[in-house]
Amino acid sequence: MSDDERGYVLYRCRPEWSDINPIPQEEGPTSVVQIAYSEKFKDVYDYFRAILAKGEKSERALELTARAISFNPANYTVWQFRREILRALDKDVAEEMKYLSMIITEQQKNYQVWHHRRALIEGSKDASQELKFTSKIINHDQKNYHAWQHRQWVIKEFNQWENELEYVDRLLTIDLRNNSAWNQRYFVIKHTTGFTDEVLNNEIEYTMNKIDKAFHNESAWNYLRGILQDRGLNWSEHVKTRVDLWRNENIKSSQFLAFVLSMIEEELKTGDCENVEEKICEAEELCEQLCKVDTVRRKYWSFVVQRLQKHLQ
Amino acid sequence: MANAVKDVKITEEMPDCMLQDLHVRFLSTYEEKFKCEYEMTEYLRMSGIYWSATALDLLNAADQLDQDKIVQFVRTCQTSEGGFSPAPRHDPSILYTLSAIQILCMYDRLEAIDLDAAVAYITKAQNDDGSFKGDKWDEIDTRFSFCAVAALALVGRLEAINIDKCVEFIMSCMNFDGGFGCRPGSETHSGQIYCCLGVLSILGKLYLVDGDLLGWWLCERQLPSGGLNGRPEKYPDVCYSWWVLSSLAILGKLHWIDKESLVRFILASQDNESGGIADRPGDCVDPFHTLFGICGLSLLGEGKLKDVNPVFCMPQHVIDRLNLTVELLPS
Repeated sequence: MSDDERGYVLYRCRPEWSDINPIPQEEGPTSVVQIAYSEKFKDVYDYFRAILAKGEKSERALELTARAISFNPANYTVWQFRREILRALDKDVAEEMKYLSMIITEQQKNYQVWHHRRALIEGSKDASQELKFTSKIINHDQKNYHAWQHRQWVIKEFNQWENELEYVDRLLTIDLRNNSAWNQRYFVIKHTTGFTDEVLNNEIEYTMNKIDKAFHNESAWNYLRGILQDRGLNWSEHVKTRVDLWRNENIKSSQFLAFVLSMIEEELKTGDCENVEEKICEAEELCEQLCKVDTVRRKYWSFVVQRLQKHLQ
Repeated sequence: MANAVKDVKITEEMPDCMLQDLHVRFLSTYEEKFKCEYEMTEYLRMSGIYWSATALDLLNAADQLDQDKIVQFVRTCQTSEGGFSPAPRHDPSILYTLSAIQILCMYDRLEAIDLDAAVAYITKAQNDDGSFKGDKWDEIDTRFSFCAVAALALVGRLEAINIDKCVEFIMSCMNFDGGFGCRPGSETHSGQIYCCLGVLSILGKLYLVDGDLLGWWLCERQLPSGGLNGRPEKYPDVCYSWWVLSSLAILGKLHWIDKESLVRFILASQDNESGGIADRPGDCVDPFHTLFGICGLSLLGEGKLKDVNPVFCMPQHVIDRLNLTVELLPS
């Protein structure tokens, strides 16, 4: 519904609305002068305020909320009242979902539209279209926070786990730096198989293969650290072998160097190394390297040097 | 695969000094000069006033706004449910309840509202699992936990909620990277980290987070331009100058950020004609980004600005007047 429609008539000129006294916006506390702004916007919202005050839950009120939403889809009072009207008129959810899907496609990053969608599904208990719908939105914007959250809710609430890891894998094939997809990977595994030794080893291999394709990848490195946090960065022989290989290849990525540094720090912390001073020297050299390749974080790397020196003491 | 970092370029033509007077003018004349935007954002008016009032106070220009008129406005927004709507004839929300209380605290006019009713509204918003709903339609978000806890702390009524459960819910939102999202399982996001750390700081529970891990995740938000992003692989945005920076301040790690390049980024995002600050250089300015840009500069000790409290995002002198203390980890 575009307000550029030909023949658009202001509500104040519509005979079927003549029974309503529109309520203008109240003057704000910083108001100095009243200057006319968009006439259509003002007209629609003056009538919305009147309908809201009256508590009218009718077909024309429903249409008016759609018009108000078209002007300002972030106005949550309009959405809330629309929900009340839908309930009062016992409207068909499928129709509303069709309308909502169109709005979300235009306004993908808006809290209210997603909350409205969830509210409708909580009522209808029909989540059959949701994975398809959220995929469509994510396809357009791979990191849409609202879409991912809605997807997580649907999967958990309606037990739709089965194909999700495969979906995540497809997304990571398209963009191996998609932080939302990495987060989803963790979410799925945590709630299904859990991170057993077998699963963990698979995930380590998966992640390191992705890293091998692009060393500058915050999300993959964070994921690797995250899945190893219980067992430790030095737990897996596969990790150690691969890291040694990359060191020999002289990989300069700051995230890789930071990971190597963390492995050494962990060894020092657990007391798992004989040549402590040598290790600290190695770590300090890495910090020096990092100060050069990751200059914006040089103060952090200096802090790590101090932390290492405390260990020596 | 391409290694291009998502970032912006800071050029010499961009503003590089603090345009303090212009920002004062921008904020105090926003309603007039940006009438359309002002009217369309009625649904968040209370927060809009809080943004402008806070920014003007930090800019040493609190007298630019009519405090009595604002207090009167806030009063008219208290609904029968005790909570506050963003403007008259809107539904109440915990977001605008916090903004209302923040405004009245700044003006030392809490007696203007029914405090017991406001507290009761917040108590009612807490769910059994410790989370908070934003309004009667049950949306849950760690932002709302922060709104509840900050509002109650400001009025000295934290006992009105179940603190243990509140903390339990916050911790259930902690992710594998040490950060926090909106709800359990949601992706870590800088804004949500600020909200969760804010809660834990007010309630004295910062020992529950891994300060080094989270601190590092936060300082990884800084891009070559100096700007900060909200999560990996996103563009920098001035508002993260607040959420990331205040989070680092709470964790005692503010010094981990490259200060000079961040200041450069914020200053470059100013509009040297209208005043105000945008999300990034060259974009349209608004009061939201103006506040957070100014707060970021204040935390970094730049400009002739008053000190800002990193937890409440309010002038420190107001927090001192209220005798409030928050937990900040030592640097």
